Amino acid sequence: MNRSRLRFADLIRTGLLGLTTRLGRTILTAGGIAIGIASMVSVLGISSSSTADVLSELDRLGTNLLAVEAGASFLDDDVRLPDTSSARIRRIPATENAAALTPVSVDIVKSDVMPSGRNGGVQVSATEAELLDTLAGTVADGRFLSTGDGQLPVVVLGSEAAERFGISSVKHRPAVQLGEHRFAVVGILEPLVLYPDIDRMALIGFDVAENLFDSKRAPGTVYLRTDPDYVEQVRNILARTVDPASPSSVSVTRPSEALSAKAEVNKSLTNLLLGLGAVALVVGGVGIANVMVISVLERRGEIGVRRALGATRRHIAAQFVVESAALALIGGTVGVGIGALVTIGYAKRQDWTVSVPLEGLALGVLAALVIGAVAGLYPAVRAARLDPAEAVRPA
Amino acid sequence: MSVLQLTSVTKEYGGKPAVRALDDVSLRIEAGELTAIVGPSGSGKSTLMNVIGTLDRPTRGEVMIEGEATSAMSDAQLAGLRARRIGFVFQQFHLLAGLSAAANVATGLLYRGIKPKERERRSHHALERVGLGHRIDHRPGALSGGERQRVAIARALVGDPAIVLADEPTGNLDSKTSEEIVNLMLELNSEGSTIVVITHDNELAELFPRRVRVLDGRIDSDVQVEALIGAV
Repeated sequence: MNRSRLRFADLIRTGLLGLTTRLGRTILTAGGIAIGIASMVSVLGISSSSTADVLSELDRLGTNLLAVEAGASFLDDDVRLPDTSSARIRRIPATENAAALTPVSVDIVKSDVMPSGRNGGVQVSATEAELLDTLAGTVADGRFLSTGDGQLPVVVLGSEAAERFGISSVKHRPAVQLGEHRFAVVGILEPLVLYPDIDRMALIGFDVAENLFDSKRAPGTVYLRTDPDYVEQVRNILARTVDPASPSSVSVTRPSEALSAKAEVNKSLTNLLLGLGAVALVVGGVGIANVMVISVLERRGEIGVRRALGATRRHIAAQFVVESAALALIGGTVGVGIGALVTIGYAKRQDWTVSVPLEGLALGVLAALVIGAVAGLYPAVRAARLDPAEAVRPA
Repeated sequence: MSVLQLTSVTKEYGGKPAVRALDDVSLRIEAGELTAIVGPSGSGKSTLMNVIGTLDRPTRGEVMIEGEATSAMSDAQLAGLRARRIGFVFQQFHLLAGLSAAANVATGLLYRGIKPKERERRSHHALERVGLGHRIDHRPGALSGGERQRVAIARALVGDPAIVLADEPTGNLDSKTSEEIVNLMLELNSEGSTIVVITHDNELAELFPRRVRVLDGRIDSDVQVEALIGAV
C-alpha cells in the first residue's frame, strides 16, 4: 500500500513555516516563555553565585573558630573573663590558636588638634599578635602587631576605623592620638567579614595598654581556632575551662554559624523564587496552548488542504506540536540568554564570583522545549481531529 | 478499469430523521475524461465531490479509485491514496500565504516523501504547464485571482494524479478569468489529465464534454458530447 510519508526535515520546516508566517504573534507568545525561563535562570544563577560567595568565604574563614565572651550581666556593663582565660584555653590540646581582645578605656582622635569625643565611634582594644591568624584576617597595608612591639606606641586600625580617620596607607607614617599619647599607625586591616566590630577598632598591644592606660589584662573576648575535628568537643568544655566557678556566665559562639545560616536562608529563598519562576513558565505554556488553539481555528483551511494533499492525522498533529515546541524553544533560548546576562550583571555589581550553572542553562532550554510540546498536544489533537471535508469548506 | 467508480453510494448525515445528501448514486469515470458535475446548491454535489475525493466516507455503497475499494481503508491509507491518486482544486484556492508559488505547488508532493530538490523541479514544470513559469517566486499575495487558481491547479497536477477534482474552481473569479481557467482545464485534459469539475453554473457546465446533473442527491442526467472538444 502506498502510504503517506512526511520527511522529518519537511516536518520541521512545515512546523516552522507557521511561525515565520505569523511573526508578530510568534514573538509575543515566545516572550511569555522567555520571561519564565529568564526568571528561573537568573534566580538559579544569582543564588548559586551568592551561595558560592558565602561558601567560599566560609571556606576561607573556616568553621573551626569559636568566640568566648563573658555573658551579659545586669549588674555590670564591663563584664570580663577571668585573667587566666587565655592561658587556660591555650592549654586545651585541640586549640590551634587563640587570642584575647579587651576594650581599653581611652579616647582616640586623629590628631591633638581634634577635640576629644569626636573619634567617629572608634574603639581602642588591646589584643595579642595571634589575633590576625586566629581570625584568618589579612592586612591591607603595613603589618599587624607583633610580640616584639613590647612598650612601643604602635596601633593597627580596622578597615572602617582607618577610613574614618582618612588614613589609607602607612607609607607616610601616619599617627593618631590615644589620650595623651601619640601612636604610630603601623598597619591597616582588610574588612573582617565575621567581625564587623573589629573593623571599627584600633588595636594595640596588651603591654602598652597596661603601661600607658592602666588597662587590666582580663579579656573581654577570647577567639580560638581548634582542630577542625574537635570543634564541638572543645565548645562543650570551654565554659568550664574558662570559669570553673560559674560556667554559666561564659558564652561561647561559633561565628561561622551565622554564615551557614545565611547560606541556608539563601537556599529557601531560592526555592521560593524558583517556584515563582515555574509559575511564570507554566503561564507561558498556557499562553502557547491558547495561541495554538486559536491558530488551529484560524487555519482550518490549511489543515483541510493538507489532509486533501495526503497528510495523515499524525502529520497534522506533529506539525502543530513541532510549531508549538519551536515557539517555546525560541522563548527558552532567549530566556536563558537574558537570565545569564542578568546573573552576570548582578554578580558583577555585588563583586561576587560569577557562577552560571551550565547544566541549569541546558535545563532551561529543555524545560521550554518540553513545555512547548506539552502545550501543543491539545491544539494538535484538535487539529488532527478536524474533519477534512468540513475543513476545506468555505467558512 | 475505471479511474473512478461509485456503486450505489448513499450518504446520510446524522440526526433524526437523517438527511440523505446522496441517494444511491452510481457513477463511472474513465481515464482521460473531462466531466462537469452540475447542480444547484443543496443538490448534494459537494457531498459527491467529498466522497469521490475520499475526504468523506459514504454511509453505504463503494467508492473505487483505479480499481481499489476505499471503504475498508483506514484513515491513514486514505491519506496515502489522496497523496498519490487525487488532486484537489478549491474555490478559495487555499494557498499558503507564506510560501512562493513554486513552494505552494511543491506541497502537492510533500506527503509523498519526495526529496525537496525533486519537488522543486517538478513544481517548476507544473507551473509552466499552467502558464505561470514567470511567477515561480511570487507569493500568493502578489498574484491575481486567476493566477492563484492556476497555482492551485498546478499543485493538484504536480503529482500526476489519476484524477483531479475541482470544486467550483471559477467561483471566486470574474467571467473572463473563469474562461481562461476553463480553457486551461480543456487543454490539460487534452494532454491526458482526467478532470472532474463541480459547479452550480449551467453555462459553465455546457463547456465540458460530459455533464452529470445532480438533483436532490440523485443523478438526474448524464450527457456526453464528443464534438464540443474542438469547439472551444
